Amino acid sequence: MDFLRPASWEEALAAKAEHPTAVPIAGGTDVMVEINFDHRRPEYLMDLNRIGDLSEWEVGEESVRLGASVPYTAIMENLRAELPGLALASHTVASPQIRNRGGVGGNLGTASPAGDAHPALLAAGAEVEVESVRGARRIPIDEFYKGVKRNALAPDELIRAVHVKKADGPQQFSKVGTRNAMVIAVCAFGLALHPATRTVRTGIGSAAPTPVRAKAAEEFLNAALEEGGFWENGKIITPSVAKQFADLCSASCNPIDDVRGTASYRRHAVGVMARRTLTWTWESYRGTRRTTEGAA
Amino acid sequence: MRVNFTVNGRPQEADDVWEGESLLYVLRERLGLPGSKNACEQGECGSCTVRLDGVPVCSCLVAAGQVEGREVVTVEGLADYAKQRACASDACGTSLQNAQQWQAKGDSHTGEGTELSPVQQAFIDAGAVQCGFCTPGLLVAADEMLERNPTPTDADIREALSGNLCRCTGYEKIMDAVRLAAARQGEAV
Ligand SMILES: Cc1cc2nc3c(=O)[nH]c(=O)nc-3n(C[C@H](O)[C@H](O)[C@H](O)COP(=O)(O)OP(=O)(O)OC[C@H]3O[C@@H](n4cnc5c(N)ncnc54)[C@H](O)[C@@H]3O)c2cc1C
Ligand code: FES
Ligand code: FES
Repeated sequence: MDFLRPASWEEALAAKAEHPTAVPIAGGTDVMVEINFDHRRPEYLMDLNRIGDLSEWEVGEESVRLGASVPYTAIMENLRAELPGLALASHTVASPQIRNRGGVGGNLGTASPAGDAHPALLAAGAEVEVESVRGARRIPIDEFYKGVKRNALAPDELIRAVHVKKADGPQQFSKVGTRNAMVIAVCAFGLALHPATRTVRTGIGSAAPTPVRAKAAEEFLNAALEEGGFWENGKIITPSVAKQFADLCSASCNPIDDVRGTASYRRHAVGVMARRTLTWTWESYRGTRRTTEGAA
Repeated sequence: MRVNFTVNGRPQEADDVWEGESLLYVLRERLGLPGSKNACEQGECGSCTVRLDGVPVCSCLVAAGQVEGREVVTVEGLADYAKQRACASDACGTSLQNAQQWQAKGDSHTGEGTELSPVQQAFIDAGAVQCGFCTPGLLVAADEMLERNPTPTDADIREALSGNLCRCTGYEKIMDAVRLAAARQGEAV
């Protein structure tokens, strides 16, 4: 094994082009488990910790550019207002020690269906900025997940940053597990209200071979909210609409039975989380509407 | 490969390090610092917790090569680290001369012969140590939390220690110990 220590992004791209099998290591919270247990013996390990920019973020007009190695702890502490869904999801990852090292770049690199960042990124809307010596491109998050633990990266590409849309409305993240800390999701659900475009977006974790959006459920809900004038009148969402939304979310899952839960439990739990996160975010939307109206 | 880094305030050089080796292995097997424990090697138990540039991490999940040029504090250096922190914030209560004498007594690298840190003493006083395997990781994590948050609520303590498993105590005595350390820290200021 060789240990590569690029000191800059350009060096890292050059090294990855020369050794496409090199395994990047950022927080190491996935890579080191595999090496410690001899599940993986890469020819080259490539340390990304020396590349300072990867641990930085910038808050722009429309979106936040989140460096690939920004640890979950920093997201929780600094980006709660801009990226509430991702901040909530970050807080459910493992333990403080893991959150101090692991980040979204590694979560995307592993592309596990159970990765907690994914439902939040899908719901908020995001693009993954990747680069190789051949050039840079931005992959929409919906096109990033290609299969169980497979993503859209070419062998010579690295993830530089993730551009996540800044929240324009309430967001929620919900996760089912056996305890609060240190738990891989049995399944997870992210939901974001986008009042600016009058749309709702979702993300489901651990209930299909890849993280997915519940597109049919989103379309149904967007139409129902539009038709009933809910965005303007701020009324409570009709229980039948919420139920239909939840059922469609369950239906968009394609789960398996495994040690953490059965497929039918996952489908059920996703429906429950869909209804709850919709209720929570909608209540919060109505609350902000009341305050703005009250102030006017 | 060779790795140069600082451990408990002293420059260290580890030789013949395998590229896939963890920081935990280097500390225990190459530098003679067995305080950090190896129980799971997969980030689940926290018994290998050390501070890397001040930040608590599982040393079993840090590749040795990643610590080149960086600073690590292990449980062996905790007492010294806590002492220096107290003196830096002017609350050490000892004269400079005393502090120097105290330093001369012990070995800041292995921790032998040094006085215990307030958190360590509190763990003993509260009966929070049984088999002791989880203790080093808990001490490092608890000490770091008290540095950041001198007056933690019970929820803060549980959160900060949520990555550290203990199979013996049932955690109640550990909670007591951290509350005790916080209370003593409050009195000292
Ligand atoms: C005890 C424990 C509990 C965990 N609990 C959770 C949990 O609750 N939720 C959860 O989502 N995850 C969990 N994880 C998994 C892990 O912490 C996350 O997936 C984390 O986001 C990985 O980030 P990292 O920086 O540590 O990745 P690394 O281990 O460094 O890398 C992970 C993968 O991504 C690749 N990679 C990293 N950076 C880049 C880059 N810039 N460009 C291209 N490829 C890259 C690596 O080559 C590797 O394949 C847990 C892990 C442990 C050990
Ligand atoms: S040995 Fe590192 S967390 Fe268990
Ligand atoms: S005292 Fe034995 S594991 Fe905690």
